[in-house]
Amino acid sequence: MQEISVTSKKQPRHPLDDLIRTDRIPHIWCPGCGIGTVFSSCLAALKESGIDLKKTVMVSGIGCSGRAAGYVKLDSFHTTHGRAIPFATGLKLANPELNIVVFSGDGDLFAIGGNHFIHAARRNMDMTVICVNNLNYGMTGGQVAATTPYMAKSTTTPAGNPETPFNLPLMAYASGATYVARWTMLHTRDLTDSITEALCKKGFSFIEVLSPCPVNYGRRNKQKPLDMLKLYQEKAIIKNHADPSKLDIDFEKGIILGKFIDLDRPTFIEHYDKIYRPSRLQENVSGLNS
Amino acid sequence: MEFWRVPLDADTIQVSRGIVHILEDRCKGCGYCIEYCPKQALEFSTNFNQKGYHPPVVIKPEECVNCHYCEIICPEFAIFSVESLQTTEVEQART
Ligand SMILES: Cc1ncc(C[n+]2csc(CCOP(=O)(O)OP(=O)(O)O)c2C)c(N)n1
Ligand code: SF4
Ligand code: SF4
Ligand code: SF4
Ligand SMILES: [Mg+2]
Repeated sequence: MQEISVTSKKQPRHPLDDLIRTDRIPHIWCPGCGIGTVFSSCLAALKESGIDLKKTVMVSGIGCSGRAAGYVKLDSFHTTHGRAIPFATGLKLANPELNIVVFSGDGDLFAIGGNHFIHAARRNMDMTVICVNNLNYGMTGGQVAATTPYMAKSTTTPAGNPETPFNLPLMAYASGATYVARWTMLHTRDLTDSITEALCKKGFSFIEVLSPCPVNYGRRNKQKPLDMLKLYQEKAIIKNHADPSKLDIDFEKGIILGKFIDLDRPTFIEHYDKIYRPSRLQENVSGLNS
Repeated sequence: MEFWRVPLDADTIQVSRGIVHILEDRCKGCGYCIEYCPKQALEFSTNFNQKGYHPPVVIKPEECVNCHYCEIICPEFAIFSVESLQTTEVEQART
């Protein structure tokens, strides 16, 4: 913990205030919305990881979750809908020294942006992707998403969702991600540890975080904010290294959380440098040796 | 602190103590900190903040063990704990 001077100021400084654009707080997220907790955990992990924050960039797409980029006191980009990952890919390729964090919603990353996700994972682009999965399109009023559970109610599925949702960790693993984990916003300490680990790891890391959207999802599914948290508490089964194909979200059976995948394979930039920029590879090697 | 069974090494264990700070005007009254404080040290205040929400208030300051859970669950950066210099030895709790 850092030092906090409470005596000198009327308002005490929150330990994360140095990473927040405090002039924009309170943020726009609704009372009981979990995005703020996930964001807070991400900031704590950024601190904890010890990575150079001057060389760290946060990229978000569009949606309530996508607003995070506007609150972090780092270089950050609020991109167009679904395009956080390709934008982040461009940043990384133009300046491979950067640490890239993509923080966005389930709709942004897996509906409109789904194709970008699978290709960045396939290429093993070196970035950390944090997906706030609130099971719907929160910002636009609670439409069905690619993650909405079967039979759940939304504005566009008033009698229940007839679709099968994605199993996000399976998709990440099958596409080539080298780090895959899932937590809920209630499992804040595990979540922070996981984000810290992912930030320090090279390659494509993916963390799914279940988080309540009481206003648009909870209200239509008879779940008050605290009900949702209690559900996370009751239904969570922590099972590290679980088989990714068994990770469908089913609130009846229980939700499996944990770190599922942690492996190493060359990143896109490593392959690219070897083939097209051998001189840079040389520079990097000599840089490492010096 | 109450114990169901006093640990054998109780006289060597020190329990952390915390002081809770609340930034009332950031709070949106979700109650997560109150619900999940392991020591039930918090309660809703009867006062309203600037935006019309009831922020938490510390009702049992002596119970806070500086676990920071209120701080990390709060979506609003509105509450945090710091270590109190005064740590209470379990020994005292026996009495
Ligand atoms: C090209 C384009 N299509 C549609 C929209 C409308 N739109 C804004 S946010 C959003 C969905 C956001 O859902 P998600 O990423 O899950 O974020 P949440 O609000 O749930 O955090 C949509 C469809 C848009 N802004 N741009
Ligand atoms: S609409 Fe839902 S996701 Fe968006 S801020 Fe409100 S509670 Fe959060
Ligand atoms: S630090 Fe822990 S014990 Fe103290 S008020 Fe917060 S949640 Fe309760
Ligand atoms: S968790 Fe934060 S926003 Fe919610 S009641 Fe506590 S202080 Fe207020
Ligand atoms: Mg969403």
